[in-house]
Amino acid sequence: MSNQNGRFGIHGGQYIPETLMNAVIELEEAYNHYKADPEFNRELTALLNDYAGRPSRLYYAEKMTKDLGGAKIYLKREDLNHTGAHKINNVLGQALLAKKMGKTRLIAETGAGQHGVATATAAALMGMECVVFMGEEDTIRQALNVYRMRLLGAEVIPVKTGTATLKDAVSEAMREWTRRIDDTHYCLGSVMGPHPFPTIVRDFQAVISKEIKEQILEKEGRLPDAVIACVGGGSNAIGSFYHFIEDKDVRLIGCEAAGRGIDTFETAATMNTGRLGIFHGMKSYFCQDEYGQIAPVYSISAGLDYPGVGPEHAWLHDTGRAEYVPVTDEEAVCAFEYLAKTEGIIPAIESAHAVAYAQKIAPEMKPDQIIVITVSGRGDKDCAAIARYRGEDLHE
Amino acid sequence: MSKIAKAFDHGKAFIAFITCGDPDLETTGKAVRAAVENGADLIELGIPFSDPTAEGPVIQEANLRALQAGTTTDKIFDFVKDLRKDVTVPMVFMTYANVIFSYGAEKFISTCEQIGIDGLILPDLPFEEKEEFLPLCRQYHVDLVSLIAPTSENRVAMIAREAEGFIYLVSSLGVTGTRSEITTDLQPIIRTIRENAKVPVAIGFGISKPEQAKAMAAISDGAIVGSAIEKILAQYGKEAPEHIGEYVKSMKEAIN
Repeated sequence: MSNQNGRFGIHGGQYIPETLMNAVIELEEAYNHYKADPEFNRELTALLNDYAGRPSRLYYAEKMTKDLGGAKIYLKREDLNHTGAHKINNVLGQALLAKKMGKTRLIAETGAGQHGVATATAAALMGMECVVFMGEEDTIRQALNVYRMRLLGAEVIPVKTGTATLKDAVSEAMREWTRRIDDTHYCLGSVMGPHPFPTIVRDFQAVISKEIKEQILEKEGRLPDAVIACVGGGSNAIGSFYHFIEDKDVRLIGCEAAGRGIDTFETAATMNTGRLGIFHGMKSYFCQDEYGQIAPVYSISAGLDYPGVGPEHAWLHDTGRAEYVPVTDEEAVCAFEYLAKTEGIIPAIESAHAVAYAQKIAPEMKPDQIIVITVSGRGDKDCAAIARYRGEDLHE
Repeated sequence: MSKIAKAFDHGKAFIAFITCGDPDLETTGKAVRAAVENGADLIELGIPFSDPTAEGPVIQEANLRALQAGTTTDKIFDFVKDLRKDVTVPMVFMTYANVIFSYGAEKFISTCEQIGIDGLILPDLPFEEKEEFLPLCRQYHVDLVSLIAPTSENRVAMIAREAEGFIYLVSSLGVTGTRSEITTDLQPIIRTIRENAKVPVAIGFGISKPEQAKAMAAISDGAIVGSAIEKILAQYGKEAPEHIGEYVKSMKEAIN
């Protein structure tokens, strides 16, 4: 979908320091070579299937469907992947690519910790060194994931600058990459940053929609009416949308973190409150003030707490092909509890944003219509924080 | 001819970087004048950005202090207008692409011409993306300065051929900040630059001591110092200009 220099409409590009230009050019060349290489694809498929547990299940949520009394609801169970989220799909691809490129060290940013854990996991598996940058605020919110990364042999560096959340972790990982390029691959976790990252990450995550399509055709003999996923940077959403983009009758709905509401400053809903800008290597929409200073965004979900959005989403927004809707903390927490009680599935608080919006629209749809919700990750990591949100004095 | 050339027409140039509004614009004004009085040939004025991804801790903190003090692009434009009443050396802005894009590129760049800003240094605008602002820079006679890094390799000639104002050669890998020594062999890069560029080349990143400035200026047309000056501002605050003057004097003497 992107053209030569990585543009999606007007979005994307390579707004990065000169120091990194040859690194991203080398990455693009290597990726273009290996994505057409049967041996690379054979190795990656083996890793995804035998190690990560793909394909992930497409589960008919019968109780939820009956309870909401409208469209038939299916859950794409990315939470069942090894390491508990969709992040592993991209990481196995990038780590394998990095290894083929002769890199021996992976660096990564992480918000909720899921991408950090996935990167640490791939590094352990492939015998690579791993350093993960994580906002100090997030190391507190997601202490268990910090332990998991260290257990897997990664070094976790708490980032204290700025808002000490995901955007600062990305900035610090970029700074680290300019310090050390020769042996290091920056394993970016979302469909953002400079070209070719939005394309590479999209391609590695597109397995989600490829499987949804095959599975729903097998189960229902038709395509779904809507595919719903949460959007921070947007990797699980683009993965869920990609193979449906040309199927114009399938509604594509991205759920943004509204935090305390899009009429407050405590929000991370980029499409709904941001405007066009240039940051973290890309042109896209960003939450920012009138002088272009990046806004200190907020969401209960560390994984969606990011002031920008991937350039392909910005383009799908511009063209109207996908809809981007805000979901508040309170709505997401209610959906987190709802899915646990109704289906016995505890979703990541990020994924709960998508569940919440499905709860809104399913009752207005007809029983012969179908919604697929991507449950991008599992919610074990969030239990303590949600308990605290509900006033319980629970700490990990 | 570019006004920036003036900075290089009387020996090796000393280029001072100062973040606007740290701790306040009044101090920035005094710091700029102290630097110029003591021999600075070109002033790089930093417009603070919330997330300066090419900067080390010292300039990151300077940006943060400036923003917390309420510094904005409009206030900086007014400040430069005032500065230009008596400061005649070439001056450029150093900032990030979003500061210009968000303000409105034409409004920003045309204002630069009006208030006497001669160039722009944008660390997140590489060769491939320069069309974002270059046509407007040409229209309003503001030089878009090109950066070249130790990792540029096969890109050096291409960048040098189209460079305007001066070339900012990044001394070493990593972000801005003082370094105890600069080990990169810059000679081959500078040879390629000389063969291709029509403009001078100055070296920055990691230079803090007179002997470093001397060594860097010896192989190029000038030395750029940022973090070392910001450290003085962090240490002395409103009292910094006097110390900056002494520091610039020692650096300028070392390079010529």
